[in-house]
Amino acid sequence: MKPAPFAYHDPTTIGDAVALLAQHESARPLAGGQSLVPMMNFRYATPDHLVDLNGIEALRGVEVGERLTFGAMTRQRDVEFSSEVAQACPILVEALRHVGHRQTRNRGTIGGSLCHLDPAAETPAMMMLHDAVLTAQSVSGARDLPMNEFALGFMTSALEPGELLTQISFEAWAPEHGWGFEEYARRHGDFAIASAGVLLTLDAKGAISRFAMVIGGLAPAPMRLTDFEAQAISATPDEDFIKAASDAASQVEAMDDAHVSAAYRQHLASVLSARALRRALVCARERSLHHV
Amino acid sequence: MSDTRKIAVTVNGKRHEAEVESRLLLVDFLRHTLDLTGTHVGCEHGVCGACTVMVDGHSARSCLMFAVQANGKSITTIEGLTQADGKLSILQEAFQNNHGLQCGFCTPGMLITLSEHLRDNPDPTEEDLREVLTGNLCRCTGYQAIVAAGLDAAQKMRDANAENA
Repeated sequence: MKPAPFAYHDPTTIGDAVALLAQHESARPLAGGQSLVPMMNFRYATPDHLVDLNGIEALRGVEVGERLTFGAMTRQRDVEFSSEVAQACPILVEALRHVGHRQTRNRGTIGGSLCHLDPAAETPAMMMLHDAVLTAQSVSGARDLPMNEFALGFMTSALEPGELLTQISFEAWAPEHGWGFEEYARRHGDFAIASAGVLLTLDAKGAISRFAMVIGGLAPAPMRLTDFEAQAISATPDEDFIKAASDAASQVEAMDDAHVSAAYRQHLASVLSARALRRALVCARERSLHHV
Repeated sequence: MSDTRKIAVTVNGKRHEAEVESRLLLVDFLRHTLDLTGTHVGCEHGVCGACTVMVDGHSARSCLMFAVQANGKSITTIEGLTQADGKLSILQEAFQNNHGLQCGFCTPGMLITLSEHLRDNPDPTEEDLREVLTGNLCRCTGYQAIVAAGLDAAQKMRDANAENA
């Protein structure tokens, strides 16, 4: 259980980091190391060159305004304990509390989790829910990718060889938005078997005016319920609406594995999405009362 | 041909300089290079928490960091938790009084995790402690006595602070 030998590089600028990635074919960027280092200890991953991003100041930091912008190397703990993020985007803080444990969130990063792209991971689900835009940089320049194009499939991102994820940003929802996040894992901190996240706003009559819903853990990458979201606009959020949402969630095609069947994942998605939606509605109604 | 680096790391307040192979895990550096064997190696893939140390004041798994990454950093291990006169810390004493350890393998990690948590949350609930301890596995105690020790230590630390105030 020791990693294979590699050459260690610790650049201090993004330019130097992408130059190293371009120069060495078998190079891996090292972010928080909470997934890559276990894979190296098991020798599932044996990069010849390791490009440690921890010394690159320009990759760190959170900006909260009309958009929330995260440097890719921002640690999960820094977002979890940011009062500005808690104010503008409380669902992200709640979801992050389910990511691993205190000790892993102290090291793990937002960008690292997005590049690792575990199907059940909370950060990719949150970025999918918020239609985040991800910036990838290489020696030939930078490009922006929407999250639904970044997540290509099972643990597979759209990053090309030599590209580095540098920044993630998304638009903040209106201050009166309602939100709900639910997940089920066998133990706190385990990857979720299924998760559901809901964001919504209500108009003056209490009908849905904006709606987004994501299901994690079922499909190879977190999945937005786009068809249902389109139907939800102007709907009255009654019991029938909650039932329709949970039915839509249960129809996401699900993976099975040695521990959990696809049908069980779909059952959880249905239950969790109804709970998340109820919480989001309560939250939006309370917040709209305070705004009147 | 091995890739090596010169590093300088402060461990429990003492500066150490060494030349290490890049692939050397921090926990192996602590145990084999510095002979600080209080930090334990359990699963070596970031699940069990036995190797938890503090890096610049925050708990981290030392099996998921390379020693080269600790260059310039300040590390606290279980050897650094005792008071200057060699007496046990309030938390360590609470573990002893509440039978918070049996075989003791997980204890170094438990103590580091709880030291950080009680520093940042002086008045934790039982639920808080159970949540923060999800990152540390214990196969002996059933956690009950560890949680009791954490709550006891928190109370004693608050009492000590009130006396000093």
